[in-house]
Amino acid sequence: MVYMKMIDFLRSRVSIRHRFYLFVLCSALLCGGCNQQQASNVDTGTQNQILHLGNGTEPQDLDPQTVTGEPERNIILALFEGLISRNPSNLELVPAVAETWEASADQMTYTFHLRKGAKWSNGDPVTARDFVYTFNRMLHPLLANEYATNYYPILNAEKFNRGELTDFSQVGVKASDDYTLVFTMEREWPLFFEAISDIPPVHQDTIEKFGKISDRGTEWTRPGNIVSNGPFVLDEWVPNKIIKVSRNRQYWDQGRVKLNGIYFYPIDNSTTDERMFRTGQLHMINGLPVEKIAEYQKEQPELIHIYPIYGTYYYLINTTRPPLNDIRVRKALAMSIDRNQIVTNVTKGGQIPAYSLNPPDPDGYHPLPGIEYNVENARQLLAEAGYPDGKDFPAFEIMYNTLEAHMQIAQAIQQMWLTSLNIKTTLVNQEWKVFLDTLSQKEFGIARMGSIAGIADPGDFLDSYTTSSGMNHTSWSNAEYDELVKQAISTSNRAKRFSLFQQAEAIFTDEVPLIPIYYYTKVRLMSPDLKGWKDNILDYNLYKDIYLSRE
Amino acid sequence: MLKFILFRILQAIPVLLIVITVTFALVHAAPGGPFDSEKKVSPEILKNLNERYNLNAPVYEEYLDYLSSLLQGDLGPSFKYVNRSVTEMILTGLPSTLELGLYAIMIALMIGISAGLLAAVRPNTWIDYVCMSISMLGICLPSFLMGPLLVVVFGIWLEWLPVSGWGDSRWDWVLPSFTLGFAYAAYIARLTRGGMLEILSQDFIRTARAKGLSEARIVLKHALKGGLLPVVTFLGPAFAGLLSGSFIIETIFQIPGIGRLYVQAAFNRDYTMIMGTTIFFSVLIVVFNLLSDIIAATLNPRISYQAKQ
Repeated sequence: MVYMKMIDFLRSRVSIRHRFYLFVLCSALLCGGCNQQQASNVDTGTQNQILHLGNGTEPQDLDPQTVTGEPERNIILALFEGLISRNPSNLELVPAVAETWEASADQMTYTFHLRKGAKWSNGDPVTARDFVYTFNRMLHPLLANEYATNYYPILNAEKFNRGELTDFSQVGVKASDDYTLVFTMEREWPLFFEAISDIPPVHQDTIEKFGKISDRGTEWTRPGNIVSNGPFVLDEWVPNKIIKVSRNRQYWDQGRVKLNGIYFYPIDNSTTDERMFRTGQLHMINGLPVEKIAEYQKEQPELIHIYPIYGTYYYLINTTRPPLNDIRVRKALAMSIDRNQIVTNVTKGGQIPAYSLNPPDPDGYHPLPGIEYNVENARQLLAEAGYPDGKDFPAFEIMYNTLEAHMQIAQAIQQMWLTSLNIKTTLVNQEWKVFLDTLSQKEFGIARMGSIAGIADPGDFLDSYTTSSGMNHTSWSNAEYDELVKQAISTSNRAKRFSLFQQAEAIFTDEVPLIPIYYYTKVRLMSPDLKGWKDNILDYNLYKDIYLSRE
Repeated sequence: MLKFILFRILQAIPVLLIVITVTFALVHAAPGGPFDSEKKVSPEILKNLNERYNLNAPVYEEYLDYLSSLLQGDLGPSFKYVNRSVTEMILTGLPSTLELGLYAIMIALMIGISAGLLAAVRPNTWIDYVCMSISMLGICLPSFLMGPLLVVVFGIWLEWLPVSGWGDSRWDWVLPSFTLGFAYAAYIARLTRGGMLEILSQDFIRTARAKGLSEARIVLKHALKGGLLPVVTFLGPAFAGLLSGSFIIETIFQIPGIGRLYVQAAFNRDYTMIMGTTIFFSVLIVVFNLLSDIIAATLNPRISYQAKQ
């Protein structure tokens, strides 16, 4: 009725021009009403030491022993603390729950001495038994932890995980008293400390209050239920909206924690992420749409952080499919990709052209020089393989999982192969899970892939391409390589280890089962208020060192 | 009336059953499974995982198990968000999606009916042309373009409105609701204009004019009821479409609704979540279609329930 009267009134008394003015006035009022500057998250956050973070996809769960993704890891690092952590400045191991640790002379026994003041968020002391329970759960066959195989060098771990042994007391993880934890090895494991650092303990009573030791997805990780031992505790978790953590009053190193809380926002769209950052709703975001990188570098370089991380982007070759089964062809393909052009014109995020599977580590392993860009030699190799000037070369497809960035790289490479080798390729994109299926069915010619390692060591990368590895979709196999990698992984002497890795890598590079394209970088936008963040190749930071302040 | 409603509800059962069966088949036929990742899990671990989620059984057995737990109102646990059930996830997301849909439909009706009326009352004048061109624009502009455009203008340049969030500040509903509502406003405007023009040319309107009634009274009292019929029939599917189609808006504006759940579930091969959200949306669509049929029948005596059967 009101509506009717209004139109009646408008139609009878007000001329068209006046109606127009009225409309403008109304819209102005409406919008004026909205024009109330709200204090941004960043402003209030910096004042109250609350960090607002864009955190990628919604976490699967917060159970440290079942989740695998980076968004989950980011939150778990705030909630839990392992035996040892790292110093983000130089990535050296530093004490956490364990105050000191030592290895036996033969590197087969490791002993940790736990600090007496470490407590769970409910006030219980953190003891060596908690860690024994944690390893018991992690290796439990029914929990189906996807990374359990990593811990097989521990005595009887493999047998227990496969269900061949049901008595966990026979596994090499033991508490000799409340504060002494002893690991016994089955075989040498040079990276033991690196691998064991940051494995969060879990609280037995809490787990068992909500289910069995081997139950996945019980409600123990919900706010109010969860008991953790890190610098922060979980306050609130609204799926797809927010996860809030606040200071853990029981944490042993509380004096060092400066933040009062962290709000993690699950944002899976990088454009939305950037917009929220730009309007002051987030202190930091991870990743940036490619087209925005140059703009930030030009307009606000103080906000953008780009640093190399330990990972490589590469093209897998199906080495059983002719003509890609010919090493000369694979070499020719590798030689005719101009990586410099790709990193400067396509990816634009400060990536480094890659010629080896392993990224260089300034404090560790240096990969051997790989196959350089050289179109002349590439043409010659192709001719030797029987395809002079690309004549009669069968067309093959370049596969990638659906993403703008992958497509652009694939287009660039397609063009390079066409112009320098006269080889025709088609581009095929597939949704991620379909893509993974295609890879394991080996229904591809060339496919893009990438690896990022959690430990800065060549072992992880090289081990992925041994004959038996589940990640080796190239079907490439070389017994000498397999043997060298196996030896290197269990060699403790660093120089000897690296030299074995280099020998393996030389074989790998020479036979080209994959073509490295670039080494990954991390691109972040960061508010200048955010202090204490360290750029490092593992992208590893401790929330207890981070604080907010505005000069 | 009651008979008609009961009949329609009975009709919905085979429809839902077909939806469930087809979705179930498609989900299982799609390449890739919920536990696939770059790092291949060992066969033993995969076996344990499959056992946990009842995926080792033959597909038909799995299907029957699913139906029987569905009958008990249980949509199962989510494969991806492991510590939550599908029902819980849907219920958590539902309020935001419903609210968004309601605001959007109100905006769509307000803008759409006003523009349609204006255009119908002054057909083939500049008012008509302006209204209809804008509505054409509304139909053509996809929301993934419209949303960011509105965000850039009102959120970033003018700084009038928040660019994301839901229920966090007083004004964060405005941009998403407008973006979602605008496309529907455009349809509604065109439907209103068409319906009104038809009615306004009929005899009883001429009679009303001859009686000397004011134009406004004629339009709003006599013509509107009949002229809005097409809009009413459109409302049911429109509201269902708003709810299930809010995925893009929810992503752009960071709204924790079920549209996002639905699409993420497909990417994650979260079998139970795909099934749960699909069933939920199918029920919504059935219900809203039924509602709009009932309203249309009430408004238009020429439609009889018998005829519809």
